[in-house]
Formats: sequence, C-alpha cells, structure tokens
Amino acid sequence: MDALVTQEVTKRYANHTALDKVSVTIPEQTIFGLLGPNGAGKTTLIRIINQIINKDEGEVLLFGEKLNPNHVGLIGYLPEERGLYKKLKVGEQLLYLAQLKGLKRADALKRIKVWLEKFDIKDWANKKVEDLSKGMAQKVQFISTVMHEPRLIILDEPFSGFDPVNAKLITEEILDLKKKGCTIIFSTHRMETVEDLCDHIALINKSKKILEGSKKQVKDQFRSNTFSIDHKGSFSLNNDQYELLKQETREEDHFNSVVKMKSMRSPNELLRDLIQLTEVNGFQEKIPTMSEIFITLVKGESHE
Amino acid sequence: MNKIWLIIHREFLNRVHKKSFLVATILVPLIFPAIIALLVFVSKESEKNSQKEVIHYIDESGVFIPDSSKYIYKNFNGSLEAAKKAFLASDDFGLLYIPGFELSKPEGIMLYTKINPSLDDVGNLEGALADRVKDLKMQRLNIDQKLLDSLKTNISIKTVKLSESGQEKSSNSAILFGIGMAGGILMYMFIFIYGAQIMQGIIEEKTSKVVEVIVSSVKPFQLMMGKIIGLASVGLLQFLIWIVLMSTLTFGVLGYFGIDPPQQQAMQQMSGEMAAQQDMMNSEFMNGFNEVLQLPWMFIVSVFLFYFLGGYLIYGALFAAVGSAVDSPAEAQQFMFPITIPMLISYMSLFMFILKDPHGAVSVWLSIIPFTSPIAMMGRIGFGVPTWQLVLSMVLLIGGFILTTWVAGRIYRVGILMSGTKVNYKVLTKWFLQRN
Repeated sequence: MDALVTQEVTKRYANHTALDKVSVTIPEQTIFGLLGPNGAGKTTLIRIINQIINKDEGEVLLFGEKLNPNHVGLIGYLPEERGLYKKLKVGEQLLYLAQLKGLKRADALKRIKVWLEKFDIKDWANKKVEDLSKGMAQKVQFISTVMHEPRLIILDEPFSGFDPVNAKLITEEILDLKKKGCTIIFSTHRMETVEDLCDHIALINKSKKILEGSKKQVKDQFRSNTFSIDHKGSFSLNNDQYELLKQETREEDHFNSVVKMKSMRSPNELLRDLIQLTEVNGFQEKIPTMSEIFITLVKGESHE
Repeated sequence: MNKIWLIIHREFLNRVHKKSFLVATILVPLIFPAIIALLVFVSKESEKNSQKEVIHYIDESGVFIPDSSKYIYKNFNGSLEAAKKAFLASDDFGLLYIPGFELSKPEGIMLYTKINPSLDDVGNLEGALADRVKDLKMQRLNIDQKLLDSLKTNISIKTVKLSESGQEKSSNSAILFGIGMAGGILMYMFIFIYGAQIMQGIIEEKTSKVVEVIVSSVKPFQLMMGKIIGLASVGLLQFLIWIVLMSTLTFGVLGYFGIDPPQQQAMQQMSGEMAAQQDMMNSEFMNGFNEVLQLPWMFIVSVFLFYFLGGYLIYGALFAAVGSAVDSPAEAQQFMFPITIPMLISYMSLFMFILKDPHGAVSVWLSIIPFTSPIAMMGRIGFGVPTWQLVLSMVLLIGGFILTTWVAGRIYRVGILMSGTKVNYKVLTKWFLQRN
C-alpha cells in the first residue's frame, strides 16, 4: 500500500498558484525526498498533508483513506522553522505536544522517559527550553515529532542546526524508524542527504511537479551515456557511434577524456574499442548526481 | 473538543504558575486598601500632631474675632510696615492685614505669606471674615445672636429610589457613583491586561515558531479559542480571589474596629429619637455603610462577570487577530490604536457622562453598543438599568463577540503562518477573505 498519494492537488492564493495539479505517490516504508527550490510549493504541500491549510482541488489519500482530522495522530511533523515553548520545561513540553497528537497522559509519560534515556538527555526533563543549547532543543523537537509513533514522518530540513555527531544520531534514528515500518518524507536542499538516504524523490518547481520516481529510475532517466576514461597516450574518437567531448592532460602523457555513446551500445563495447586506441587506466560511466539533476531541471536546461 | 480542553488547561497552568500572577492576585486587594488606609492615617496623624500655624494680624477695623480652632492668631499693634518686618523675622505662617472698612464694602484685606498659601488657607480666612461680616450685618438689622444660631441648620438629603413594585430603597448617589467608577475602571483594566496577554502569548508562539507544530495537531481556531478561554479562566479566578480576599478583609477590619454590621442595623431601626442626638458624621457613615451592605451585590457582581467575559471575549479576539498578524509587540502598535479607541471613549465617557447622568441618552447608548457596553454598563448598573436595556445590551454583546471571534479567527488562521510579511489593513482584508 502507498503511504501517501496526492492526486492533482491544487492550491491557489489571490495572486499566485502555490501548487498546480501536483500528484505524487509515496510508497510505504520508504524515505521520500521532496525536492525543489525555495518558493516552489514544498511547504504548501506539506502543510496540506498536515491539514494546516486546505487544498482547493484534488485529493489526498493517507494509507488509502481520504485525509481527515483523525489522521493527525498518524503524522509526525518537524517544520523547517522549528520552535518550542521557551518557558516550558522539556518534560511538560513533550507531554503537551504528545497529548495534542492524541496520546494518553500515562502513555506519553512512559514514552518521554524512554526517548530521553535513548538520547541520553534524562537530566534535561526539568529544564526550561530557553536554557538549552540549539542542538539540545533540536533533539527535544525531534523527540516531539516521533514520540507518538506516527506512521508518516515529515521532516523539513531535519539536519539544520545539528552538529555532525548529532546529525549522525538522527540519521540512524531515521533509518531505524524506516526499518520499523515508518514512511519518511524529507524536504531538503542538501543533495548529499538525498543521495545517501532517499529511496524515492519528487521534484517540484514553480508549483508543478516536474520529476518523480525511485532514485534509480531518476538517475537512469538522466543517464547521458557518457563515460570518463583515464588513459595513457592521447587518441581521437569521432565517428557515427562515439563523440569525444573533451580530452584533458593530467600529467605527462596521462589524459582524462569524456566520451559519449551516440548509439545504444554497451559499455563493454566502448571499452573494447578504446583498448585498441590507448592504454586504459580508469573507466567509469558518468552518472549524474542528484545535485546535477536538480540544477539542470530547475534551470530549465536540457541535459547535454 | 478534547484538544481545546488541553489547550485551555495548558494556558491556565502557564499563567497561574507564574510568580507575577501570585503576586498580583494576593497583593492587589491588600495594596489598594493599604495605600488608602495609609494615606488616611498619615493625614490624620499630621493633623493631630501638626502645630497650628501662627498668623499675625493687624485689625484696623476692630471687627475681627480670632477663632483659635485652626490658627493661632497674634495681634500686632503698630504700623503695617513694622508688622511686615516683625513677620519676616519670625518663622510664622502669615500676616493678615484688615484695614478699616465699611460693612457694605469690605475691601483691602491682605494676607502676606512667605510661601504661596494653599487654597484651603485662603478659603478658611475668607470664610471666617465673611461669617463675621454677615453676623455684623445681621446685628445691624437687629437680629440677635440666639436667633442667628437657631437659623444654622445641617441638612443631608436622604435619597430613596421608588421602584414600580412599591419597594423603597434608600440610595446614596455618592456610593453608587463610587461603585460605578470602581466597576468601570476595573473592567477597563481587566480587559486591557488580559487582552494584552492574549496578544503577547500569540506573538510568542508565532516568533518561537512553535505554532506550526501545534496547528499540525489542532485547528488554528481551536488554538485561538483555547488561548482566549484559558486566559479568561485565569482572569475569573483572579477576580474571584480578589472578591473573597477583599470581603474577608473588609469584615475583618470592621470587626477589628468594633463595627458590627448586623447590630448596627438593629440600632438604626430602634433609633427614632436617638438618631437626632447621634453625632451627625457618625450617623452618616453608618447610613452609608448600611446602604453599601444593602446594595444588590450578587446582582452587581454577576453583571460584572457577564460583562467582563463578554467584553474580554470581544476584545480578546481582536487582540488575538493583531497578535497573529505581527512579528513583534512593537509592530502591533499600529493595529492596537483602533482597538483602544472604543475602550478609551467608554472610559472617558464614564467620567464625562455616565456617572454624572446615568440615564442620559449618551450613557444609555454607550451601555448598549457592544464595544463600549462593558465599561459603560458597569458605570450605570448601580443606578438601576431598565431590564429591556440590560437584555438588549447583553444580547448585542454576545452577538458582538461572535462576530469579532469569527473575523479574528479568519485573520488568525492565515496570520500565524506568515512571518516576515509587511502587514497593513489591505493585507488583513486579503487574509480575511482568503478561502480556507
């Protein structure tokens, strides 16, 4: 079953359309990267999923059901602009937020204890949030997001504000949650995070979804059949099948060349042809990084 | 509903746990009576202890009879110039010069002082001289002193309100004035203090960004109402504690001074002739006290609570809308202005019209229009308000708060998620009209 499906979701404001018929499908137990430049409409979509604002048109299905107020407890949301009540103590704060998500007081207290121990911050329970460092507050906020054991977790730029140690801790926690069956939506600009963690992605630009699929599908789609070759001794290769895009000198008679295959041939064939021309030291297909795909698409250029 | 209750509960605890709440709740009912008592005490003591001022006088007319109850008079025989010199050399208060004058034309009387005399001092002397001149004039008309004395009468009018049911209620305008004033001012303070707290709380939620997490669990309207109701319950609690503390204190103090209200009433009833003999001042005080006790307190307090809730809800919603729209209290100023205007109008009218003429057209209308009625009605309530006016005013107040809450809710739901926007009335209108 899919965790979340949006069908042609549209949201209009007086002067502009924030979302224009956006349809995405998020399979269960995956980490889904929701990408897009600032102002593309990601936050609007996330707010619609969280029922903070209403869509104008379209449909949102959560675990097969039409989105309704009872779903609030199934979702955990960490907004990009995060915050807690400064004057409240950590324990009271977590209890309040958990109860608002529908957790019973006794259950909430138990889970708070477990999580505080897990993150090794038991001693903070009676500290006010304003007395915590930014990183500490982020941990508390993360706990508040996942404490009610949501099945869908929406994390908007989850790693901002974390030092590398805590970022690793949170990453492990996210992977653990996925293993336990959670579906996670990541909204982020950090392409290395997407590269490392996401199974599926969707790219939204100017209110429209312009790309969606599993990471592999997307990368396949953007394969350009170009190969990078480290070799000794120069060669030239321009015919019906191949195009030599560039050749750079590395040191003495060592070079790096980029070759594009024009026809559908296997890499092995290219390698075989190359061996006859030069001494091949290194051979690798140039697969575009998520960052390259992102920039290419958002700039609206075709991939060459 | 369950979630709104959680929010109310949280807001309530947040405020009640604060030290400032405890301090205000316990100290206010102690401080105000204490300050008044202190002032009375100090003025009594200083009156008792202060030595009477010395006034030198030169009486060329020969009519002045020094009355030593207020000042010590020292007659000076000699010229005015010599008297001035002697006066300057002394530490005394003043030099009164009374030249010879015609009774029909008492002119040229001078008071020399080293510091500007108070109006009271001048008034005292003028009064004494005027009385003396009057007496002399009467004597010239052959009216003897005994007759004059018997003409002096002290009159205090006792006002009685006659209701249609034929009941007679003694009413004391001064007491009703006091109650109207206290009720109006209290209302004004309550609405402002608690309204401002709503706004401050919302701005805090908005700037600390916690609001987005909260509204992913509850509807913005629930959050707004939870906050408003939570604070209202704090206000009510505080008010009830004040009432209990103040009435305990009042009776405690009265008991301490040996004034026992029930006995007092009994004495009043049997005191046909005795009353005449009683010290006038004392009788007035006891009458007044009795009237205070006889006022329909339950009714007045209930009306106060109703108007406090209604007024608070009307203004609270508006304060909430303003809080949701801005990013800082400083930014809120521009929107506070139109909200404060009806409050200020009713506050000023309280003194200009309502207390002076509680049944005049302005007073009646102000006490019916929802935005001014909480304060205006408190000013009028003691004087007796026709039932139809009270009912109309209450219905309109309820309607008013439903309207403002609806408007505020529409602005709030958009405003809390918008930070860093430049907000003006056009933007607010856009938010209000925006579909959900």
